[in-house]
Amino acid sequence: MARIGIVVFPGSNCDRDVHYILNKVLKIPADFVWHTDSKLSAYDSVIIPGGFTYGDRLRAGVIAAHTPVAIELKKMAKGGRTILGICNGFQILVECGLLPGALVMNNSRSFVCRWTTIRVDNNKTPFTSLLKRNQTFKIPIAHGEGRYVADGRLLKSVLKNNQVVFRYFNDDPNGSVDHIAAVCNEEGNVMGIMPHPERAPVNRSFDEASMIFRCLSTYLQPK
Amino acid sequence: MRKSNLADFLVLVTIENKPFVSDPEGETILRDLVVKGGYSNIKSVRSTKNLKMIITAKSKSVAEESVRKMCKDLRIFNPVISNCTVKAMLGNANSTTK
Repeated sequence: MARIGIVVFPGSNCDRDVHYILNKVLKIPADFVWHTDSKLSAYDSVIIPGGFTYGDRLRAGVIAAHTPVAIELKKMAKGGRTILGICNGFQILVECGLLPGALVMNNSRSFVCRWTTIRVDNNKTPFTSLLKRNQTFKIPIAHGEGRYVADGRLLKSVLKNNQVVFRYFNDDPNGSVDHIAAVCNEEGNVMGIMPHPERAPVNRSFDEASMIFRCLSTYLQPK
Repeated sequence: MRKSNLADFLVLVTIENKPFVSDPEGETILRDLVVKGGYSNIKSVRSTKNLKMIITAKSKSVAEESVRKMCKDLRIFNPVISNCTVKAMLGNANSTTK
């Protein structure tokens, strides 16, 4: 059975939530991988959880993007393996250059921690294949630097290549351009998402957020 | 013994968001402090990040060039959203906290 590696950096703080929801709730085998371990390539897929790696020094995610594990991530991405970055994990993937654009301070200048609603824009990725296009669902957010930015030219290419995966729906928690909440790379195997699917309780009313993990699990099953 | 021609330079690195990235910090300072405080002649405030570095180099231009290269190589600034200016001046270790 496919195994998922959860990369843990100093300052990661959503790693246990991801581990719990995968192993205990969804029964998807996943292990913690300390960022200096070089065994990441043994995993079929990698999740970079949220948190405040290296205290967000200089910029959120930039120090983590210079660790040896970042080289490993780049190799895995190139080889077509799936990588999911959540919140700070999204910021790390952007700083690694694996995803386009950048994430800067929220327009409100405040840390925002509440529920929001997102809409599926691209259901052709390994993380959204079981969702319907334009489907909306509730999901928790918790971030200070979550405003997605890209200049006109970059945004045009992101839109053209169908790289916007989720958008905030009837909500603007941080001022992201085009209400972007999640983007993927051109190939679709690397996705960064600002909201926290691992924080949504898994029950009848909220199981759509956890669908992101279920989609990944389905994708990883041998065909 | 030949005297070394190396000197210490204080280098100021200023990282500023490109115009297309709005600056909520600068806007809040302008709106809620500056203008409300009666300084209505001030038209714009832009927040930046500054780093002070001390570098030993042959000349001012060499000091600037090597810091500029370092900032680019190590992504001290994010080129997607920010511009970075580098300015060196003859300085010593007392010019900034070590």
